[in-house]
Amino acid sequence: MRAHLALILAALLLAPAGAALAQDEPLRIEITEGTMAPMPIALRIEAEGEAVALAAEITGVIEADLTGTGLFTLAEIRDLPDTRFDRAVDYVGWKATDTEALVTGSVSAEGDKIVVRFRLFDIFAGQPLGDGMQLDAPRAGWRRAAHKIADQIYARITGEAPYFDSRIAFIGESGPATARIKRVGVMDADGADVKWLTAGGELALSPRFSPDGRTVLYTSFASGMPQIMAMDVESVRALPLTSDPRAMSFAPRYSPDGQWIAFSRETAGNTDIWIMQVGNPRFSKPLTQGPSIDTAPSWSPDGRQIVFESDRSGNSQLYIMRADGSDPVRISFGEGGGYGEPAWSPRGDRIAFTRHGRQGSAIGIMRPDGSDERLLTEGPGDAGPSWAPNGRVLIFTRQPDEEGSAQLHSVDITGRNMRPVALNDAASDPAWGPLLP
Amino acid sequence: MRLKLALVAAVLALAACNMPADPPVVSAPVTDPYVTDAGGNAVYLGDVNKPGSRLPGDPAADTAPDAQFAAVGNTVYFAENEATLSDDARQTLTRQAAWLVQNAGATAMVEGHADEPGTREFNLALGARRATSVREYLVAKGVEAGRIQTVSFGKERPASICASEASCLARNRRAVTAVSQSQAGV
Repeated sequence: MRAHLALILAALLLAPAGAALAQDEPLRIEITEGTMAPMPIALRIEAEGEAVALAAEITGVIEADLTGTGLFTLAEIRDLPDTRFDRAVDYVGWKATDTEALVTGSVSAEGDKIVVRFRLFDIFAGQPLGDGMQLDAPRAGWRRAAHKIADQIYARITGEAPYFDSRIAFIGESGPATARIKRVGVMDADGADVKWLTAGGELALSPRFSPDGRTVLYTSFASGMPQIMAMDVESVRALPLTSDPRAMSFAPRYSPDGQWIAFSRETAGNTDIWIMQVGNPRFSKPLTQGPSIDTAPSWSPDGRQIVFESDRSGNSQLYIMRADGSDPVRISFGEGGGYGEPAWSPRGDRIAFTRHGRQGSAIGIMRPDGSDERLLTEGPGDAGPSWAPNGRVLIFTRQPDEEGSAQLHSVDITGRNMRPVALNDAASDPAWGPLLP
Repeated sequence: MRLKLALVAAVLALAACNMPADPPVVSAPVTDPYVTDAGGNAVYLGDVNKPGSRLPGDPAADTAPDAQFAAVGNTVYFAENEATLSDDARQTLTRQAAWLVQNAGATAMVEGHADEPGTREFNLALGARRATSVREYLVAKGVEAGRIQTVSFGKERPASICASEASCLARNRRAVTAVSQSQAGV
């Protein structure tokens, strides 16, 4: 699993040439719509011999990805039209069912290699939606092949960028609250294939993926003092990026180009935001200076600005400054309680945050100018939002109460489809990584 | 406060002894649970009959500086989102400073902590602010700066597990001083 997952995505012109242009509106889900019935979809993925079980597993992963968005539902079909991957689709027969989108596919396996092919059809319009595709993958990479197909279906129907084939770094929690064991883990976006990167002997906090997904930064107490570590995900080797014993360094975040790391550095009780060069961690400089606590930086996707949490006005609020530290501007002004842990959407259009008040904490979003603030969750123990690579879904920590165990939940940008992430371990501090190549 | 109460109780006990109907008292050695610090003030070391409380000259005192220090009061508490020291905290820290001045071979690590409200990283910074407040006070009271280190655990190591009761959360907003004998030559 650790080995390179060479997933070859080959677009074959499997679609019949000269397919009739339909007059109907193309199949489409607008995610920003208020309420919407999920779209019925049917999957017919065929296989022979030993590949039959694999085809069923792949079908299961694609179905779980799609229905997990709340945008799709599996069509209930009484009289299944005869459907084969290499034959024309019986649109008339399928129209008689409630199916709106049909996926046909085939899975074959030979030795360590599998080949998965699929086509997507718009039943109402009576035409294929995009090209047919073939994915060649090692057998161990079957889940990724399934996520890639689900991504294609999602992207073609919603018009949004895909996100299923990605990973999430998080902190696994165990033991009593007064002596919590915390270790860094990574998992697939659907909660499968958990891999632990640290052993739990030392406290580890707030992991973040590099833009290429190969490195996870986190804050480690291994030296007795919080310091920033860079973990190579494949080799599971960690390298300290900071080591000054008189300064705590924490809250590391990569710039979008992967060249810089913004982080918090504390000396003599005062915490400021600094940046260091990834290629030369010894070169670092402060972006903020002053007696306030400045922490939790998050870069804009163009790398020009940084949003961060500061108590310079008395309690925690959100501020945006240029990436050189100039022109800080406050953007959060809600009455009662503070704002923290800002996360700039990879699309640039929203900033997610944790909002604190008397009733606990909840997850919200606002535009980068501070307008259009909306709470997406009700709390009372929601914190630490992180964006899916397409900027349409957030993952966050839900702490039911101090004695309950923390769980990861996801919600989409409209506030709908709140659901727990399928993960057997108590977990916090999720950080969504990039879409995998 | 506890000191005053103890005195009142002692006065009452003495008054009781003078009552004519009192049964004869078997004499017992008197142990003084107070020691005198460098500033000439009495320092209460706790009930000598309880483990962890030591009298001066007790050989165990030299081998367990941490237990001895705990009797001085190793923890101070803070208001919400604050790192300023209360009068109570200053009294405790004055005793800590006196102990550290007296025990010149000891070094201290001040651990700052925060309660559950607030973000993880903000609380890490807040804990550092609290630990530094304590360190600065100890230094002002005569402890060499080089003997005191600080670290913050933010909200990662609560003393009490709280739902949201204010009194419980208050126990987690704290700075704990831990002492150890420094190694020779360091």
